[in-house]
Amino acid sequence: MSGKLTAAIVGPGNIGTDLMFKLLRSQVIQPRWMIGVDPTSEGLRLAAEQGLEASHEGVDWLLKQDELPDLIFEATSAYVHREYAPRYEEAGIRAIDLTPAAVGPAVIPPVNGEEHVAAMNVNMITCGGQATIPMVAAVSRAAAVSYAEIVASVSSMSAGPGTRANIDEFTRTTAAGVETIGGAARGKAIIILNPAEPPMIMRDTIYCAVAPDADRDAIIASVFAMEKAVQEYVPGYRLLQEPQIDEPSAATQGQTKVSVFVEVEGAGDFLPPYAGNLDIMTAAAARVGDTIARSLL
Amino acid sequence: MNDRDILTRTWSQTDTSSDLDLRLTDTCLRDGSHHKRHQFTAQEVHDIVEALDDSGVPVIEVTHGDGLGGSSFNYGFSRTPEQELIRIAAETAKRAKIAFLMLPGVGTKDDIRAAQDNGGQICRIATHCTEADTSIQHFGLARELGLETVGFLMMSHTQPPEVLAKQARIMVDAGNQCVYVVDSAGALVMEETADRVAAVVAEIGGEATVGFHGHENLGLGVANTVIAARAGATQIDGSVRRFGAGAGNTPLEAFVGVCDKLGWRTGIDFLTIVDASEDVIKPAMPEECQLDRMTLMMGYAGVYSSFLKHAGNAADRYGVSGAKILLEAGRRKLIGGQEDQLIDIALMLKAEQDKEAANR
Repeated sequence: MSGKLTAAIVGPGNIGTDLMFKLLRSQVIQPRWMIGVDPTSEGLRLAAEQGLEASHEGVDWLLKQDELPDLIFEATSAYVHREYAPRYEEAGIRAIDLTPAAVGPAVIPPVNGEEHVAAMNVNMITCGGQATIPMVAAVSRAAAVSYAEIVASVSSMSAGPGTRANIDEFTRTTAAGVETIGGAARGKAIIILNPAEPPMIMRDTIYCAVAPDADRDAIIASVFAMEKAVQEYVPGYRLLQEPQIDEPSAATQGQTKVSVFVEVEGAGDFLPPYAGNLDIMTAAAARVGDTIARSLL
Repeated sequence: MNDRDILTRTWSQTDTSSDLDLRLTDTCLRDGSHHKRHQFTAQEVHDIVEALDDSGVPVIEVTHGDGLGGSSFNYGFSRTPEQELIRIAAETAKRAKIAFLMLPGVGTKDDIRAAQDNGGQICRIATHCTEADTSIQHFGLARELGLETVGFLMMSHTQPPEVLAKQARIMVDAGNQCVYVVDSAGALVMEETADRVAAVVAEIGGEATVGFHGHENLGLGVANTVIAARAGATQIDGSVRRFGAGAGNTPLEAFVGVCDKLGWRTGIDFLTIVDASEDVIKPAMPEECQLDRMTLMMGYAGVYSSFLKHAGNAADRYGVSGAKILLEAGRRKLIGGQEDQLIDIALMLKAEQDKEAANR
């Protein structure tokens, strides 16, 4: 085992495959299994090519093996994960959930990455949450945020059938994370799928309402510090503009409005660089996996 | 009546209890919410619904301009909660049905339930015209709740007729009863409208009705709407006095007058709605909807009409040209909902401007 924990990736789609390439570089996790349900899956083929044991016989097959993984990365759908999460726990396997199922506590690496290191199940919220909640938290660290709103624009090409069929789950789960992890008293999330060709790189806007007497220099410094913290695992995460501060007015409901504009360019491990929304999910999941593995090794 | 003005498809074929050739929806209390910067008062909504209902408008749409849940930093906060406005509208209307709009990604199913509880009867769900599959869960819920359904294919000028037909099919298979070709940018020129409506009719005409929603950014609202009806659209949107985003919507009262001349029955009394336009709608408008430099730019560059006020705000805030913001929005192929990116564009233009000034 060479001092590494073993992992299975469940769901050999775009996310699962991209995650596999990231985990193959991990110092503390060895991806051993790729689990799907379709024998013709391209992701299973690629996994076998990389030396993983690839099976199309689903989680039932995985859980029947003599040797079980230490970690499971779930990259299927919220529905599937809700069904299987109890069985992972029974088998003593830690789950890192990349679906919006929200079975376990939510984790945003630079905000609460260490907090749930002992949990049997952690949730990665949504792509929009991973891209925006760090900035809500950055503003919250410097000033009380009474309301935060995030707008995530992603390329249509990067939004899979799961996201499309359950877009309400995205808005609800992300808004909840803006509150619980971002620290906003009230949160709102909006997602836009843009079909432009060539595909647009993921862009996110984070609006925060703070008190008129909030320390503006501290807010701006905190935002820049957070940009650096996210860049540690997503190098293509960058502020497009300096944070903008708007004076209180009727249009801002009497609060000072802080606007933060970011772009998320992916690393291009498997998914194209425009799909920064998917890259930030897999990069965050790999980072959370590493943190858990280090705590156990 | 000219031969060509005998409509091959009429609303009375869909609703056999009706004798209307076309069923009109006024949207000044939804699309006009953009022009009003979402500042409608309860009294204004009451008075407008009363006047439209008196003139025989069969459907009145009431919601934040960006649909249920649209009250936000990004689109502007509502002065009066939209659910309260829907309730007031439903209590006021004696004959008209109250419709509401929702955009998947902005609103949620809970908002649809609340709108029905407040008296909304027609659920209109809008997606960008290539993203119809994001509306499937919402149409499913709306039908389950017994709501009448309408689907909006926004920014229809950006896609050819056959793409719109396929997207219309997705909505109808999900339970939608009417697909609107929506010219959100006011960029369609008549034959382009006719081709799109005809393609949607050919695809779903046996199972659902087809509608058209126009904007005036190239001055073609009424012309496009007439040609849409001739191509088979039987549900038509307009706003009295054009009260809508951009240069406004198809002026409903003008279209009613045109229908009278063509012999198309709308059930709306022309003189009554013209009076409503002067006496009730005009006083509620912050200003008339203008065909000016900014709005012409939108029709010309194919820009989502509700960007108008937001581009104006960003231009004022950063001292750059609003028209240039809109042109860049067109170049970046922004779609409805991406109002936040107008600020990014303004900041980019300001940086360019500052650089030029420094070099001078």
